Amino acid sequence: MFLKGSEIVMEVLLEQGVDTVFGYPGGQVLNIYDALYKYQDRIHHVLTADEQGAAHAADGYSRIGKNIGVCISTSGPGVTNLMTGLATAHADSIPMVAITGNVPTELLGTDCFQEVATICLTMPVTKHNFIIKNIDDLADTIREAFRLAKSGRPGPVLVDIPKDVQTATVEYTPQPAVKKDCPPCPSTELLNEAVKLINESKRPILYCGGGVINADCSESVTELAEKADAYAAFSMMGLTAMDSKSPRYLGMSGMHGSYEATTALDKADVIIAAGVRFTDRATGNKNRFAENSKIIHLDIDYAEQRKNINSYLNICGDLEASLKYLTEHIEQKNNLQWHTEVEAMKEVSCTRPKTDKLLPETVLATVNKFAADDTPVATDVGQHQMWTAQYYKFRKPRTFITSGGLGTMGFGLGGAIGACMASGKQTVLITSDGSFGMNLNELATAVSQNLPLVIVIMNNKRLGMIRQWQTRFYGNRFMATIPDRKTDFVKLAEAFGAYGMRAENEADLESAVKKAFELKSTVVIECLTDSNADVLPMIPPNGSADNIMLQ
Amino acid sequence: MNSKFAVSLMVKNPSEVLTRISSLMTQRNFVIDTFSLGETEKSGYARVTITIKGDEHQREQLLKQLSKLYDVKKAELLEPDNTIMRELMIVKVNTSGRLREVLDTAAVYKSKILDMSPSSVCMELTGETGKLDAFLNCIRDYGILECCRTGLVALERGTNCLFDTATA
Repeated sequence: MFLKGSEIVMEVLLEQGVDTVFGYPGGQVLNIYDALYKYQDRIHHVLTADEQGAAHAADGYSRIGKNIGVCISTSGPGVTNLMTGLATAHADSIPMVAITGNVPTELLGTDCFQEVATICLTMPVTKHNFIIKNIDDLADTIREAFRLAKSGRPGPVLVDIPKDVQTATVEYTPQPAVKKDCPPCPSTELLNEAVKLINESKRPILYCGGGVINADCSESVTELAEKADAYAAFSMMGLTAMDSKSPRYLGMSGMHGSYEATTALDKADVIIAAGVRFTDRATGNKNRFAENSKIIHLDIDYAEQRKNINSYLNICGDLEASLKYLTEHIEQKNNLQWHTEVEAMKEVSCTRPKTDKLLPETVLATVNKFAADDTPVATDVGQHQMWTAQYYKFRKPRTFITSGGLGTMGFGLGGAIGACMASGKQTVLITSDGSFGMNLNELATAVSQNLPLVIVIMNNKRLGMIRQWQTRFYGNRFMATIPDRKTDFVKLAEAFGAYGMRAENEADLESAVKKAFELKSTVVIECLTDSNADVLPMIPPNGSADNIMLQ
Repeated sequence: MNSKFAVSLMVKNPSEVLTRISSLMTQRNFVIDTFSLGETEKSGYARVTITIKGDEHQREQLLKQLSKLYDVKKAELLEPDNTIMRELMIVKVNTSGRLREVLDTAAVYKSKILDMSPSSVCMELTGETGKLDAFLNCIRDYGILECCRTGLVALERGTNCLFDTATA
């Protein structure tokens, strides 16, 4: 059948199983919005407060793992708003497809109204981007964008469609949804070497990252840990790769990692690193990181191997296949001495000054009590994010929705909206006065969509993480981290049409959180938390397990 | 240890890939020494030769990161012992009063005279980078007015090919 370009966009989205898109209309996507009007019974368009919110929502949608999140924006400022969202998804290897409109092809490069060089701007923050200058290429290019987004190491792909391509017509032939490429098979020879190393190991540890979540192979991780009798540490992106109730679970390692995770990684003789990329926040001083151990690095992206760390063995390919092979071929291990050592590490705890103010761990424990095991928990970025990573007891994969690599303050609310819509479940957002200030306009979206969101603001009246650094490394010179804002978050929530509550003590908190979960609508709880609480433990930048600060 | 090395690429969509490669190099903190891109026998494909300075780690990373680009079909490190490398240079030299000496030097290097004016001569020289550098060194004192180099182009010796476009 003959269809307009904008209608072909809809048809191909439907081919790919897309039923929800996030976006914001504008001059150069008017035709796409006209097609959305026609297809509105099959594609639900979520209007966000701005394009950044749309990108974060599409990203949060993808992180649930059901389908790929899609966002739509116009040219120029639409694209520049989109950038932070693309970069966030790119840094965390999240599959996503962004569709942007552009000025007609003949006007490209003439500094038209609302024209920016979309392709040039988004090149370094996408896995790949396309501009379609010929209607004949439209359908296949969008299909290719979906294939690329989910194949190999996932990532965001942008498709830029000039206005004349949206209005041109061409014959459209439906096709089935594209499949992701089969990941390459890992080398058996290298896997056998890994088997040997694990068999000889007395102090093995698994170190899991976002790759495990993307590959949906957390069960294989648990099975390998059991047979190798290994403990497991996690990068922030990999935190939900194992049930946190497991005795093998040591939590997050790195700059704000648990004492036991960071120390056990330091003392291990073999590290089975699965889908991690050893960033500076995770390793500290790279020359000192795991200097006494042999690292087996399993990853789908061979460019990550030997990029940040000099691993002993590098095995590229399908993560699940690698983990299963190792589990099948290693001996059943029993590392008694290692158990004794790690269990002793678990006894070490942090101390902080006494206070009668609400503590972050109390807030998180209360939310944890009322949330279900599969409740998605989104965060923004900063102290509250680290506390969530440290104290929240995650039970299921893909329940922690957070900006790891890019550390995007303002990700949270958009991310939570996307996660809520993809999962169809009541969703929690843990945020803070600082981060929430960057994205609170999306409250409008949450309310319009009637989303059951429990938004918990830890209001410590500080830009806490930066203040913590100023406390510890900049001689208490608190420049721009005590904002002295007069925002009333309860009234603000109400102004947006959400429900607002405030908690100053544990009793308030308990009843507010209970009520929020019962309400099943968009609820904001402002918790007045201790202004002086730091995130502990902490390893100073470029430090190592020897420098863990516990108070 | 830092040393100069060259990589050879077979790419699609030449006009766009140029931006992608140079963007990647800047993003990953590689400093391009020379860069040459030109059409091949097959339309839509181009061959790129890049030389940069770096240590072994950078060499490995550069190849891996380039290989990950969507339009880069093949990327390989060039082994100097098994590679024909050439660069072309056009250089304009001041000859006032010393034309004979300039032409003698040009003859030694088998340089071709492309143009001549009462006070200058324009010469072409093809060869490996070292030869071009040496020639420049010899004529520097006469006064180099302008100089333009293509950057390195290179092919592997023998019948082996970087990438078979017929199978693409």
